[in-house]
Amino acid sequence: MAKEVSPGVKALRKVVEDVYADARKAHAEGKLVGWSSSKFPCELAEAFDLNIMYPENQAAGIAANRDGEIMCKAAEELGYDNDICGYTRISLAYAAGKRASRKMDPVTGEYVINPASGKPLKDENGNVVIDPETGKPKKDPKTQVPYTVLDDIYEIEALPDGPEKDRRREAIKPYRQMRMPQPDFVLCCNNICNCMTKWYENIARMCNVPLIMIDIPYNNTVEVADDNVAYVRAQFDHAIKELEKLTGKKFDEKKFEHACANANRTAQAWLKVCDYLQYKPAPMSGFDLFNHMADVVTARGKVAAAEAFELLAQDLEENIKNGTSTLPFPEKYRVMFEGIPCWPKLPNLFKPLKQNGINVTAVVYAPAFGFVYNNMDEMCRAYYKAPNSVCIEQGVEWREGICRDNKVDGVLVHYNRSCKPWSGYMAEMQRRFTEDLGVPCAGFDGDQADPRNFNEAQYETRVQGLVEAMEANIQKKEAEAK
Amino acid sequence: MSIYTLGIDIGSTASKCVMLKDGKEIVSKSLVSVGAGTSGPQRAIAQVLETAGMTRDEMSYVLATGYGRNSLLDLADHQMSELSCHAKGAHFLFPEVHTVIDIGGQDVKVLQIDNGIMTNFVMNDKCAAGTGRFLDVMARVLEVKVEDLGMLGNQSTKNVPISSTCTVFAESEVISQLSMDTAKCDIINGIHHSVASRVAGLVHRVGQREQVVMTGGVAQNEGVVKALEEELNCTIHTSPLTQYNGALGAALFAYDRYQKEHKG
Repeated sequence: MAKEVSPGVKALRKVVEDVYADARKAHAEGKLVGWSSSKFPCELAEAFDLNIMYPENQAAGIAANRDGEIMCKAAEELGYDNDICGYTRISLAYAAGKRASRKMDPVTGEYVINPASGKPLKDENGNVVIDPETGKPKKDPKTQVPYTVLDDIYEIEALPDGPEKDRRREAIKPYRQMRMPQPDFVLCCNNICNCMTKWYENIARMCNVPLIMIDIPYNNTVEVADDNVAYVRAQFDHAIKELEKLTGKKFDEKKFEHACANANRTAQAWLKVCDYLQYKPAPMSGFDLFNHMADVVTARGKVAAAEAFELLAQDLEENIKNGTSTLPFPEKYRVMFEGIPCWPKLPNLFKPLKQNGINVTAVVYAPAFGFVYNNMDEMCRAYYKAPNSVCIEQGVEWREGICRDNKVDGVLVHYNRSCKPWSGYMAEMQRRFTEDLGVPCAGFDGDQADPRNFNEAQYETRVQGLVEAMEANIQKKEAEAK
Repeated sequence: MSIYTLGIDIGSTASKCVMLKDGKEIVSKSLVSVGAGTSGPQRAIAQVLETAGMTRDEMSYVLATGYGRNSLLDLADHQMSELSCHAKGAHFLFPEVHTVIDIGGQDVKVLQIDNGIMTNFVMNDKCAAGTGRFLDVMARVLEVKVEDLGMLGNQSTKNVPISSTCTVFAESEVISQLSMDTAKCDIINGIHHSVASRVAGLVHRVGQREQVVMTGGVAQNEGVVKALEEELNCTIHTSPLTQYNGALGAALFAYDRYQKEHKG
């Protein structure tokens, strides 16, 4: 039986579905659709009523749908090195027209089912049914899927109209991230990382579309200097002119202010939701925040996102009143999960946490995306602060704050092969905040999108080690308190 | 009546067992040079029991550790990570220990210890450089026995730098040195320094505090120990029981758990 979903979560899912559906509709009607980096000031695009898609969110979705590897390999075949970020590789393969498709029998026109896919078949008592011939569990045919093959949308579109073209179009995997329209323009803000710059330049060149770039240099100080604000402000003004040229419309101040108000309201509601993890035990599984990030990324300038997060906050308030939680097991330990999750291996990531009663009660995304501002200059300052554009002092402060407020017993750090800036400064940051907080910390190797970089056995050992160190630490603190 | 506990450490390259009497005295131990997924674990268990002239049923508590710990769900009373077990074993052998370096077959761990309890740890990333497997590969290329590496490296008269970033690249460097007729003992010395430099990086990450103890099979290689002492500028303590350290820790935890469970 499917897990019951709260009204807030349902609303959040719908918001993202709608963003994708609106973009597909706009594309079909011949309207402009842009691709944007996750921390480009979406408020600017909202002021022009533009439909925007977010390749980072798309890549995470493709990876979670188990197509990260085929898309990463496709990018590598195009000549991109496998050291490049997994999101970037997936996105560049997609921009080049590559698609994960369902394998089809050319004679029958039917999909060819992969016998190794699917979940074990269970009988009416919930027991796994064993195949007497092989001695292995039988597969539930309802959960089996076709083989995945790589196709190319440009090849498909070049075919003459007819059944072959229709079939190949239809065979492209039906989830929304694999059906995203190609871009008419791209918006890039490199506050999130420097790889972004080359990533978007490549998309622009491949698809022959304009690129609007906002450059945010790495910030060596905790405060953002006025000169830097002026530098970004001038780029915002330039971006507005570029968008005017692109759309043939004048910049609409009213719409812009409206989008800013929405973005602030979304940020406040997001922070409120994140703050519910301060309760002990928490009324939610902190892992859920990773899923809700999709709304913060794709729709923070829309009122629907603000309303959905407010609804979720109400659900969590109810949970507090009723003493319930969305965490599917009793909370024994609380950790901060540092970094982006390994999307292709989410169940494997969650399994040892569940086995050991670990709830993720802190993620750095909470302070990193919860920015609130009152005017254009403050907005420039807000966009200056992304996880990888802030100095180590700021990074440590964010983490220590959230670890203290959310009462963590330990820290689990994902050394993410895709994200060199984030993982690169983590060793020193980890040393600092674990020393200051007096909690143990375990690091594991993985990747946000390329499943080839994650090893489940190594991860489980590190989680078990962390649990044992947390337990020893808790007992020591309890003994000292007596 | 005496309490007998058994610690079983199933690593990636060897299976080790230690039987303890009353959490203090080592009654028997065994080592089989194949690890998880082989006949090694069962053979090691049979040996340790046979040497002591005892049976599984006479063991008050059995605790498994190492990568293969979950393959003994039927036999062992409990499973723990090798991290905690190495900390426990090292503290038993060296009560003043604060840093443990364990170089095993496929991973390197550095543990921070306070009063015998592991408070923090770091492990190598997903790379074989710096591990026991790295030395196995090099010994094969050099056509020497892995257990002779320490003795041969000691005869070195000059330092030949070998890269520490990748086992495969380091292997090709060794081959190129061999083709230039560089003395094997100098290459081996370079390999030991390559391992030491990689491991020292991990030690610095967790924070070096004396005493520093090295455990695991590679601690038997005096060349690596010496190179690490140079890198870390401190004395590194080792024990003849180094390979049994994880199993010893498991047997000690087994004793603690037995005591705790039977208190009430």
